[in-house]
Amino acid sequence: MNYIMAFLFSGFVCFIAQLIYDHSKLTPGHITSLFVVIGSFLDLFHIYDKLVEVFHAGALIPITSFGHSLMHGAMAATKEYGVFGIAMGMFDLTAAGITAAILFGFLVAIIFKPKS
Amino acid sequence: MDRKEYDQLAEELKPSSHGIKNAFNAFLYGGVMGVIAQGVLEFFMNVYNCNEKEATPMMIITLVFVACLLTGLGIYDKIASHAGAGTFIPITGFANSMSSSALDSKSEGLVLGIGANMFKLGGTVITYGIVSASLLGVIRYVFTLFGTIG
Amino acid sequence: MSSHFLGQSVKLENVYIASTGTTCGPLEYAGPLGSCFDKFFDDYHCGESSFEKAERKMLRDALDICLKREQMKYKDVELYIGGDLMNQITNVHYLAREIPKPFVGIYGACSSFCLSMGVASLMIEGGFIDNAISLVSSHNATAERQYRYPVEYGVQKKSTTTFTATGAVATLLTSQPTNVRIEAVTFGKVIDYSQEDPNDMGRAMAPAAYDTILSHFQDLKRSFKDYDLVVTGDLSTYGHKILKEMLQRHHIDVVHYNDCGCMLYDINKQEVFQGGSGCACSALVTMGHLYPLLKEKKYKRVLVVATGALLSPMMSAQKESIPCVAHAISLEVV
Repeated sequence: MNYIMAFLFSGFVCFIAQLIYDHSKLTPGHITSLFVVIGSFLDLFHIYDKLVEVFHAGALIPITSFGHSLMHGAMAATKEYGVFGIAMGMFDLTAAGITAAILFGFLVAIIFKPKS
Repeated sequence: MDRKEYDQLAEELKPSSHGIKNAFNAFLYGGVMGVIAQGVLEFFMNVYNCNEKEATPMMIITLVFVACLLTGLGIYDKIASHAGAGTFIPITGFANSMSSSALDSKSEGLVLGIGANMFKLGGTVITYGIVSASLLGVIRYVFTLFGTIG
Repeated sequence: MSSHFLGQSVKLENVYIASTGTTCGPLEYAGPLGSCFDKFFDDYHCGESSFEKAERKMLRDALDICLKREQMKYKDVELYIGGDLMNQITNVHYLAREIPKPFVGIYGACSSFCLSMGVASLMIEGGFIDNAISLVSSHNATAERQYRYPVEYGVQKKSTTTFTATGAVATLLTSQPTNVRIEAVTFGKVIDYSQEDPNDMGRAMAPAAYDTILSHFQDLKRSFKDYDLVVTGDLSTYGHKILKEMLQRHHIDVVHYNDCGCMLYDINKQEVFQGGSGCACSALVTMGHLYPLLKEKKYKRVLVVATGALLSPMMSAQKESIPCVAHAISLEVV
């Protein structure tokens, strides 16, 4: 069941993004930025948390989840540090993804050659 | 022929963009990506005997690794030419944007090439993620102070 | 020496093609004209450490093949004129360091082939020099890097995209009679029809090709019927259709018309979207395919209209439309 839910939600988000890509002049850069903002907006009223509860990995894998995680980390830290927590906790949840992308990106660049 | 007339003519002859096929493919590939993520997530939940929240970073690291590797092997862009948004919307697309920029700039050296260009495409996601999360975070923080939302 | 510009065009009496050298990449070799080219590389790196160096190697090889055919050395040529798609016309300029003779760098985007041939022809016609080399190249990966995205970035191409051809062409022009001559040259105006989509070059460039073809016909009082073949540079399938329709709406009889971007590849089988583009596209088709046919007298007179989108990614990001240009040369059997 979890798998079907994950399939449906992740597929749906990509479907919407593809429609935008095909019917506008927006580049993938525009669309991913837009979706990140949407993700953090949906965290404003805890809506994204509900989505994760229902769709599990389906809601965790699209880039919208990145915005949600940034916001989530920031908000969690405000409990302890007040308004400063926003900056202090921003990367708490996304650190793993960004670190991995930088590290593996670097290693790939060192090891491989562009193929074209 | 004036510009308006030209635009009309060009629109008439425009090649079809396979819109339905593209959207279907994006749904399919995006969905499969979700299923893979779910599989990896549950795998780590079992292995480390932890909850979904704790297993999430492990799942993301794994998928990012695979995406970077496929980029290096020259496979990711081939899948993406069919999948479209199905590969740039998941977190693997972010990994691909970073690793492809780095790989592409390799010929300009370690610092001016790889170092300076890694965030060329992926940087926008981080920038707008942080800007929006900060602004919305402040708003929510103010609301929390007044006890309207928890 | 009595030639004078008629409008945008000039008729020439003393310019001949002596020799040519063509090199191409893997996809061009696999295409329908593959066997026409002198040398091919099955790898985009051509054994070099970067794509830019690979493009330079293709240029050097094309030049060497061209000169070897006439048993000439670099110093036997009086003037070199060349261009490619990179900023600072990088590849030909860096190659020019190895050339001990004057070098004129020109930029006309994908129209560079006809532009360099045209300028070289005028120099020879004017009697200033006896021979000159025209040198042009483009490389899919270097163009992608500069104008679009990193080569390994997973982005789905729009259906209107064209595919930058990989190859280099050197052509030796002389005042000594041979069996094929350049008979007329038309330089184009820069035309902008407010097209903004950098993924749709065919549509942006078609009006420029239209303008140059019309000027050429008007200046020389000719029509399509005076040519055995008229080719445009890289309008691709879509731009080719638009141009044909534009001409027909103006009651011009379009016969023997084709586009190099559609000829270089097998559009249905190869993954090149709408067709080929780049300096090498019109140059490879003209010098690799049409020039031998002219030599064999299968064609008597051919008009080549190389089209160029003078786009800058920076100005595209500033929401400016794309200026385009087309230059034409007419080749004739002596």
